[in-house]
Amino acid sequence: MPVGIVSYGAYIPRYRIAPKEIGRVWGNDGEAMGKNLMIYSKSVPSPDEDVVTISVAAARNMMRRCEVDPREIGALYVGSESHPYAVKPTGTIVAEAIEASPEITVADYEFACKAGTAAIQTCMGLVGSGMIKYGVAIGADTSQGAPGDALEYSASAGGAAFLIGSERIIAELNLTYSFTTDTPDFWRREGQPYPSHGGRFTGEPAYFKHVTACALGTMKKAGTKPSDYRYAVFHQPNGKFPSRVAKQLGFTEEQIRAGLLTPYIGNTYSGAVPLGLSAVLDEAAPGDRIFAVAYGSGAGCDGFDITVTDGMSRFKRDNAPSVRSMMESTKAIDYATYARYRGKIRMKEGGE
Amino acid sequence: MAIIGIGQTRFGELWDLSFREIGIQAGLAAIYDANVASEDIEALYVGNMSAGRFIEQEHVAALIADYSGIARDHIPATRVEAAGASGALAVRQGYFDVASGLHDIVVVGGAEKMTDVPDAQGAAIQDSAADQQWECTFGATFPALHAMIARRYMHEHGATREEIASVAVKNHKHGALNPKAQFQKEIKLETVLGSAPVAEPLRMFDCAPLSDGGAAVVMCAMEKARRYTDSPVRMIASSQSSDTLALHHRRTITSFEATKVTMRKLVKRSGVDISKINLAEVHDNYTISELLALEDIGFFPPGEAGKATMDGQTEIGGRVAVNPSGGLKARGDPIGATGVAQIVELVTQLRGEAGKRQVADARYGLAQSVGGTGSTVVMHLLGVA
Repeated sequence: MPVGIVSYGAYIPRYRIAPKEIGRVWGNDGEAMGKNLMIYSKSVPSPDEDVVTISVAAARNMMRRCEVDPREIGALYVGSESHPYAVKPTGTIVAEAIEASPEITVADYEFACKAGTAAIQTCMGLVGSGMIKYGVAIGADTSQGAPGDALEYSASAGGAAFLIGSERIIAELNLTYSFTTDTPDFWRREGQPYPSHGGRFTGEPAYFKHVTACALGTMKKAGTKPSDYRYAVFHQPNGKFPSRVAKQLGFTEEQIRAGLLTPYIGNTYSGAVPLGLSAVLDEAAPGDRIFAVAYGSGAGCDGFDITVTDGMSRFKRDNAPSVRSMMESTKAIDYATYARYRGKIRMKEGGE
Repeated sequence: MAIIGIGQTRFGELWDLSFREIGIQAGLAAIYDANVASEDIEALYVGNMSAGRFIEQEHVAALIADYSGIARDHIPATRVEAAGASGALAVRQGYFDVASGLHDIVVVGGAEKMTDVPDAQGAAIQDSAADQQWECTFGATFPALHAMIARRYMHEHGATREEIASVAVKNHKHGALNPKAQFQKEIKLETVLGSAPVAEPLRMFDCAPLSDGGAAVVMCAMEKARRYTDSPVRMIASSQSSDTLALHHRRTITSFEATKVTMRKLVKRSGVDISKINLAEVHDNYTISELLALEDIGFFPPGEAGKATMDGQTEIGGRVAVNPSGGLKARGDPIGATGVAQIVELVTQLRGEAGKRQVADARYGLAQSVGGTGSTVVMHLLGVA
C-alpha cells in the first residue's frame, strides 16, 4: 500500500531580528557572525505564540488544502524541543483545534531537531499497517538560545504539519532510513532554560557524520544518486552546514535552493526540515523526486525518498499561504523588543 | 646519547580518540620506529600539563604505562609538568636518565586532550600557567599577558602589526607541508589582521589553537644506538632555566631572560656556535612569542625578528628555518605533547625524512620550549650522529 503526504501546512512567525542587531547589544561583530553562519535574519515568535499556536496554525493550513474529514484522522504527533508544558501534551490541543478529537491517539515527541520527521515515520507505519486511515505529523519549535550565546544568532521559531495517508496522496513517501548513535553534541536538561552545546563538536562528529551516513544510506536503500532528485532538503542549523554537506554529497545549489530557509528565518529546529519540505512542495510538480534528511542532536538522522504524484495537479495549494509568502511578510524588531517577546527580561510576579 | 625512534599522532580535534589512545598511538609509533622490544624499555616519562582539569584524570604516567603494556614490566613511569614546557622537560628527564648511565633505553611521551571541555574552559585552564594569585585573579588571561608583551614590543622597537602577524603566515605555510599538522592551509596576512580580536593587538590567528595530540621519542645510549637504527640522531645538550612566575616581576617583558640564559648554557655545554644552526623549533604559542624567542636565542638583534620574518629569513630555505613543522600555531599545541613534537620534527629533519618541508644542509637542530610567560624555558640541541 503506498503511503504518502496527503496535505501539508506551514507557519512562520512574522517578526525578524538581524544578527547585526544582536551583535550590537553584545559587543560582537554581528554582521560577520551572520555572514559566517549564513544567516541574515531569524524569525521571532510574538508573546502570544508558542509551539501550540504554531502547530495549530500549521495544522489548520494543512486542513484547508484538503477535503479530509478530520474525524478520519487516527493519530497526531507533535515533535518539538520547546513544548510549552513539560507534562501535558501539545498534541491534544492541536487535535481539538482541527476537530480530530476524541477518537485519536496523540503524543508529543522530542528528539532535538528531528522529532517532526520521527512523527512522520510513525504515521507512515500506522497508515502502512492499516491501523489508521490518516495521521498528522507536526514539527514545530520556538527554540531557545541563551543571551549572548552563539545560538542566539540562529535559534528561531516556526513549524509545519503533514497529513499522512494512503489515499489522495500528493507525494509518495517511497522509503525512510534512519541513522542514530549516542552522540551528546547539544542538550538541555530538565528545568534548564537554555541548551548547552559542544561548540565545534556539533559539526564534524555530530551533524556531518550523521547527515552524510543517513543520506548515503537512504540513497543506497532507494538505489538512487543525487542527480535523480529535483530537490533536496537537509537539516539547516545555519546556512553553511546544509550547503556544505549537500556539496560533499554531490547535490547542486539548484537542488537545495527551494528548501533552504535558514538564511532568512533562522534555525526552526524541529520545524526546519518540515518547513524546507513544505517550501519544496509549494513549487514541486508531478514526477519530481525529493530527497530529505533531518538531523537531531543527540544524535540521529531520518532520511526520506519522496516522489510527487499526479495528485499534486489537483491539490488546492492556494487554499493556504505559501512558505515564501510567510517568509516575505515580515516586521523587523530591535533587541529590546526581542528580549521582551522572548521573556528574557525578568518581570515581577504577574507581569507580562 | 641518541634518539632512535619517533612517533606522533595527527594534531587537531581528535574527537574519536581518548587521551589514553592518543598516548598509546604516539608511544607505539615511536617504539616501532626504534625497533625496540617492550622489555628493552627501562623508564617512561610523560609530559602533560593538565589532564586533571581537561579530562579529570591524574596519574597519567601510570595510565600510559598500563595501556601501552609496559606496566607489566614494572618500569618507573613518571609524569612531568611545567605548563607549556611539560613535554620538553619530560625529554630532559629522559636525557638525564640515559646521559647519567642509569638507563640505556627510555621512552618519553607527551600528550594532551584539550577539546573535551568547552573552548572557554580550555582557555581558562591555559591561564593556569600564569600566576593565578597575582595575575589571573585581577583579570589577566594568558593571551592578555602576551598582548601586553606585544604592545610593549611594538612601542620599544617600532615593530609593526604586520611584522608580528607574519609569523602566523609563515608557520601556516610550513604547516601546509606537514601531514600531521592541525592546520594544513596557507593563510594571508590580511586573514591574521582581520580575524576576531582576542586581546588587542593579538587576534585569533596570532594564537595557537586548542589541540589534541601526542608525540613520543625513544632515547638510547649512543654506543648502543646502532643496534637499533642506521640513522640515530644525537642529542648534544639539554638546558633549562626559570624566571619569575608573574610577568610584572621582570625588568623587561619584551625579552625572556630565561631563554637567553638557557641558550648560553646550551652553547657552553655543546660548543656549537649559533652561526652553525639553520634549523629551529621554537615556542610560538602566540606570534609575538616567536619573535621574542628568535631574538633571545640570538638569531636576530632585538626588534629585528619581525622584519626578518617579513623578509622570509625564517622560512624553509631562509637563513634559519624556524618551525618547519608549522609550529604551535599551525602544527597545533596539545600542550604536554608540544615539546616532544619539536624533538620529533628535528629528528625527522636531521634524518632527511621531512619530504616537502625538508630543510637543506641541516647539521644541527635547536628546540626551545616555554612554560608560562617565560617562567620555564627548556632547550635542546640535536645533531646528525
